[in-house]
Amino acid sequence: MLTLSDVHAYYGKSHILHGVSLEVGPGEVVGLLGRNGVGKSTTLKSVMGLARPERGRVTFDGRDITGLQPHHLARLGIAWVPEDRRIFRLLTVLENLRTGLDRSGVDDARRTRLLDKVYAAFPVLRERRNQAGGTLSGGEQQMLAIARAMMLEPKIILLDEPTEGLMPRMVSQIRDIIGMLHQEGVAILLVEQNVPLTLAVSGRVYIMEKGVVRHHAPAADLRANPAVIHQYLGV
Amino acid sequence: MPAVSLSGGAPAGDGGGAAPLILQTEGLTVRFGGLTALNGVTMAVRRGEIRAVIGPNGAGKSTFFNCLTGVIRPTGGRIVFDGDDITGLPPDRISRKALARSYQITNILPGATVLENVRIAAQSRRHGWAMLRHHRAYTDVMERSHAVLASVGLADKAAELAANLSHGEQRNLEIGIALATEPKLLCLDEPTAGMSVTETHATVELVRRIAADLTIMIVEHDMEVVMGLARTITVLHYGEVLAEGTPAEIQANPRVQEVYLKT
Amino acid sequence: MGFEPILVQTVNGLVNGMILALVASGLTLIFGIMDVVNFAHGDLVMLGGFVGASTMAVTGNFWVALLVAALVIAVFGAALQVSTLRPLLGRDPLTTILATFGVSLVLQKYALWQWGPSARNLQEPITGRFDLFYLQYPWYRVATAVLAGAIIGALWLFLKRGTFGIWIRATTQDRIMASAMGIPVPWVHTTVFAIGAAMAAASGVLFGPLGGVTQTMGSDFTLRAFIVVVVGGMGNLGGSILAAIFISLLEAYASLFVSPAQAVIVSFVALILTLLFRPTGLFVPTPK
Repeated sequence: MLTLSDVHAYYGKSHILHGVSLEVGPGEVVGLLGRNGVGKSTTLKSVMGLARPERGRVTFDGRDITGLQPHHLARLGIAWVPEDRRIFRLLTVLENLRTGLDRSGVDDARRTRLLDKVYAAFPVLRERRNQAGGTLSGGEQQMLAIARAMMLEPKIILLDEPTEGLMPRMVSQIRDIIGMLHQEGVAILLVEQNVPLTLAVSGRVYIMEKGVVRHHAPAADLRANPAVIHQYLGV
Repeated sequence: MPAVSLSGGAPAGDGGGAAPLILQTEGLTVRFGGLTALNGVTMAVRRGEIRAVIGPNGAGKSTFFNCLTGVIRPTGGRIVFDGDDITGLPPDRISRKALARSYQITNILPGATVLENVRIAAQSRRHGWAMLRHHRAYTDVMERSHAVLASVGLADKAAELAANLSHGEQRNLEIGIALATEPKLLCLDEPTAGMSVTETHATVELVRRIAADLTIMIVEHDMEVVMGLARTITVLHYGEVLAEGTPAEIQANPRVQEVYLKT
Repeated sequence: MGFEPILVQTVNGLVNGMILALVASGLTLIFGIMDVVNFAHGDLVMLGGFVGASTMAVTGNFWVALLVAALVIAVFGAALQVSTLRPLLGRDPLTTILATFGVSLVLQKYALWQWGPSARNLQEPITGRFDLFYLQYPWYRVATAVLAGAIIGALWLFLKRGTFGIWIRATTQDRIMASAMGIPVPWVHTTVFAIGAAMAAASGVLFGPLGGVTQTMGSDFTLRAFIVVVVGGMGNLGGSILAAIFISLLEAYASLFVSPAQAVIVSFVALILTLLFRPTGLFVPTPK
């Protein structure tokens, strides 16, 4: 469904991705692991048209989407939850959700259903729905960022380090949410530094090093053989 | 699998423990409002070492470097460099005390040639205030500049505009500029970030070459680079020193593995 | 000096302040959302005035003229943004300043060519005066302030409610994330520019009966609007409204002592003091 073929991407002059190839099938949860600075976030950004891919292609549902502007991608069914969450701090929780909810082709009934579903999954957001986004705690902002992406009813969510800086209790909440999304058939490309979480929720895992994919295996294999993980992520 | 191991050859620097201390931090603490970025970091670096500082995201590595180079004022603790207390001194004074740093975001002058970039740095060390003689009259500065360019592998690009260099070459020029100020301690901040494998290998060789005459501290994420270059490694975690030791000791340390793999 | 002249000047200051607020709101809205410093903004005021004057000459109706001018300049503003500003998105600020400055020159010469060198006068739609202390104060002046206030109020409501208001506020805060949420950012930019242009045009028509419409009035408005936007906090809508009133009141009081031409100096003093001591804006809460 989503394919990256030999993508080279830059930040200004800095050549971050040196030919990344990976794919995510419909409904799959795919993990992307690697140390800091290897280009995991840049990989997601190159899908979203935010890190100029100089070479290589990104295709989605058979269609070439390389370098398309982000708002086109959202319409095609690709949602992005960035590393720093990027909540609209001066908008209320509800208004944040509405940036994704208020789309053409969604009637009132469906909107109400979507909102209710998200409030059921994240009760704290219903409580705080009229509070400014900037007043939420880190964990709550992460919930809001994920909920906001769900408003787009996406086919795939690009999740960038959702558990960074969160307490263990919230980490397991994130785990449950990923499980819920997977049950609904939403594909997820999960960038993470948290290895156990990633191995627990993903079907397949890619490991990156220095701007390329170095290893690709089913999560089960990696769970059985931790030496590989140690080699690429450990010390 | 990586093709070439980077741990060939003994890193430069004295093998015995008898070398004098060049840098000491005692209880270094930095607080930003409610956030404690560094919490009581105590470290000692010997002359001639290559010391790597590693740690997961948010461990405080950059904050630590920023303290050493005077970009941030520590909230508590002391920094002693070559016998002088440099805690809280502004960056220009620290630079004059021969502590140099290269940055993650390149600080080169794109409109000047490679040689000029280095020469300006070298000149600032020796003849900063002299304005009357033509710069070419300072032969010592010119010699030093050419020597620096040779050691960072840019001798054949001396007349090239810095903006026309590749990214890897620019990062190496950055190191050259820091080197030109004749430092006793050189701090390298993620020198191989964004580089390809080939460029990384070249930079590692570069650091090995220049390590002969000075002490180097390096912050890095690339473990091959770290394990290959460093004599001693300090691991930071949430602003505190988690472990310190030789590469072998660190690799065998289960707490360090835990922290990196979040197991 | 008696009490009364001060009160009269307070009313004058409020009236002038409301018109200035209408101009400045458009300017600060445009800056807030797309980081464009629109040096041609005052010339949009001027164009609006001329279009209004021409329409009124044909229809004889002031309110129709106001509506037509706002719509025509809105469309023009949209075309302008798409052709000259959209390609410059993301470039350094100097580029957009030069571009809008160039547009300003073109618009001034165009007005000269289209309407000739003489000024136009618009008839006030509401004649009649009332007794304000020792003066016969025109009703129209008060109506102007009320109308300007109504337009600004409508803008505020528009921003706070409704999907488009959310889109504008989201794009202003984080253009990239807004785009990632499916908001058509380029289109939002164009629409906001059109709204700002329409508000400028409306100011021009409202100002017509008060001071006439001339080809060079644009620079005066641009300058004043900029002072207001800086003093009020760039991108801060509420701040620019307060600042517009504040500055106009200062000038009104100053003209009790010096000529109106010299009274402008207090605006510059306010600008300099703001930049020296609270550069983020006088009416902006202190940044933490």
